[in-house]
Amino acid sequence: MNVLFFGIARDIVGTSELSISDIVKNPTVNDLKQYLISKYSNFSKLTSFAVAVNNEYAKDDVPLEQNDEIAIIPPVSGG
Amino acid sequence: MKKLNIEIVDIIDTSKMYAQLSHAHSGGICVFIGTVREFTNNEEVVALEFETYQAMAIKEMQKIADEAVAKWNLNSVIIQHAVGAKKVEEPVVIVGASAAHRPECFEACRFLIDTLKERVPIWKKEMFKNKEVWVSAHP
Repeated sequence: MNVLFFGIARDIVGTSELSISDIVKNPTVNDLKQYLISKYSNFSKLTSFAVAVNNEYAKDDVPLEQNDEIAIIPPVSGG
Repeated sequence: MKKLNIEIVDIIDTSKMYAQLSHAHSGGICVFIGTVREFTNNEEVVALEFETYQAMAIKEMQKIADEAVAKWNLNSVIIQHAVGAKKVEEPVVIVGASAAHRPECFEACRFLIDTLKERVPIWKKEMFKNKEVWVSAHP
């Protein structure tokens, strides 16, 4: 599945889009968060980070489908 | 008919705001403009750089406008945020609302900016002379 990265999340992974294949089967939002923390320890230093699925904030138990638009949302700071 | 204006822009044109908010049924307009401040914790800021996840940002801004309209009897709402590098004194965000009477405008305007800052996927990097910092990223 493809995952988009913004702000400091993009700096942590070094790219704005990543194709992830080595994650558990039928992953949820929480699985993706744990995957990122295990691969890139700097995610655990953030205040928090959220996952958006198809342009909406998604809770930890939401399943991720192959064709979803998935994005990592580090702490927002608009305004 | 209600007037809604939701946009992500390169440059905020504050001169358009009155026409975007004025309404025959309104007796008042409230506007908040966020701008680039020269100092953060006594350190001189050269610029702020904003980026967004545009599709989601527009969707969240639309939801916030809809929530405000449902909560108060508003005739017009604007929410605009800029992206790119912004220098000291430049506007970076503008929100506003008009209503028949002023209490609704003041309350709605505060709700619009406070909720935008909590939810809309926009990120701000402070550019100092010798370093760059993503705001709010770390505890």
